[in-house]
Amino acid sequence: MSRPSVQREPRPPGLRGATRVLLERELDLAWSGGGGPLLACGFFVCLTAVLPLAVGGDFRTLGPVAGGVAWLALALASLLSLERLFERDLEDGALDLLALGHLPMEAVVMIKALAQWIAVGVPLGLTAPIAAMALGLPPGLAPLTALSALIGGAGFALTGTLGAALALGARRGGLLIAVVVLPLFIPPVVFGAGALERASSGQSPVPALAFLGAYVLFAAVITAFASAAAVRNAQE
Amino acid sequence: MIHTLTLADLTVIRGERRLFKGLNLELKAGQALALTGANGAGKTSLLRAIAGLLRPDAGTIAFRDGDGNLLDERTARGREVHFLGHQDALKTGRTTREELGFQCDWLGHTQHGFDHAAEAFGLQPLLDLEVRRLSAGQRRRLAMGRLIGSPRALWLLDEPMAPLDVRWREAFADQMRRHLDADGLIVAAVHDPLPIPVRTLDLGGLG
Repeated sequence: MSRPSVQREPRPPGLRGATRVLLERELDLAWSGGGGPLLACGFFVCLTAVLPLAVGGDFRTLGPVAGGVAWLALALASLLSLERLFERDLEDGALDLLALGHLPMEAVVMIKALAQWIAVGVPLGLTAPIAAMALGLPPGLAPLTALSALIGGAGFALTGTLGAALALGARRGGLLIAVVVLPLFIPPVVFGAGALERASSGQSPVPALAFLGAYVLFAAVITAFASAAAVRNAQE
Repeated sequence: MIHTLTLADLTVIRGERRLFKGLNLELKAGQALALTGANGAGKTSLLRAIAGLLRPDAGTIAFRDGDGNLLDERTARGREVHFLGHQDALKTGRTTREELGFQCDWLGHTQHGFDHAAEAFGLQPLLDLEVRRLSAGQRRRLAMGRLIGSPRALWLLDEPMAPLDVRWREAFADQMRRHLDADGLIVAAVHDPLPIPVRTLDLGGLG
């Protein structure tokens, strides 16, 4: 039985290579592993569809709150697939494999947050203006709704990743994540709905968008270090 | 490349129990160590500590290269250490090809690492099957693929042979011999004797 001799020099994937490899895997798992974008978007649409049934279909009632309701629904829909982020990797040992790669755990959690944004945040951001218009949001505000929802979605993905890491290993972690993460979702909801509010009253939405962007950057820094520490702790 | 693994005065406490205290060990390239002991004696914890997945409560774990220089722990573990736990780290919804490819890519592979791994553990007929369709032994062989696909010096193995049948136990013993011949190091937690020349470290029973 002749086999090629074991090569001693592995080719390291490099930082970009390893990032791409992990991102592709995370996106594949998000799309195929149940939950994922369709579920989040379906939940989002259902929530906004229930509102007119609850408060009546009058556009004079719905129009003023359409932006705010869309943001609330966005925050809730962003919670759905967070449990999947780390819990399964911990259960099946994949987290150990990820810990022994070339990238530090800080990079691993940020790649997971990026995948969460691409798989859930972006589809939700594109659904948001449609759902908000169905509730009576002026069509002129649709591009701003999409833009703010895309930025806010990055914030949801980052703080959601942090919550998922902190809840790791706890029983009924999914519920715990919601309780940990929802308070952290308040600032983007305030800034995002505020941007729409200002635009609809003729003011510039830029300050609110700037606050939203600042929140995302802040969340990025905190999430990288705090989530990595939480994951390491859960592995012990 | 890791040439020597040194454990000095290592102590690990889990909850209220002290698993081991003041453990000293030196393992050099080409050597294998079998960890034995009762269930709960701390075999897995020791492997996880060496892999950097568990912080020891006292003592040091050092990796040195052939010239005796101390290697950076983080770099050594990220490039030179394989940890094969009793969980296989596989995703049930993905195919064998995807999972083996990910393991090789993520850990850093040689040019034909994927093909060598598939050949070494007879994975070619399984490549298009989802992991959920594989038996326990087949899953273990798939997880072992990373040992071949991504050559790393130090193998940390937790009950590696348990789900394998006789044929693949022999094949894996063959791979371990090759690894040692190529100046690799192996630390394996086992209940059955390993079919290769090893030193044994008995962690004892409960207590």
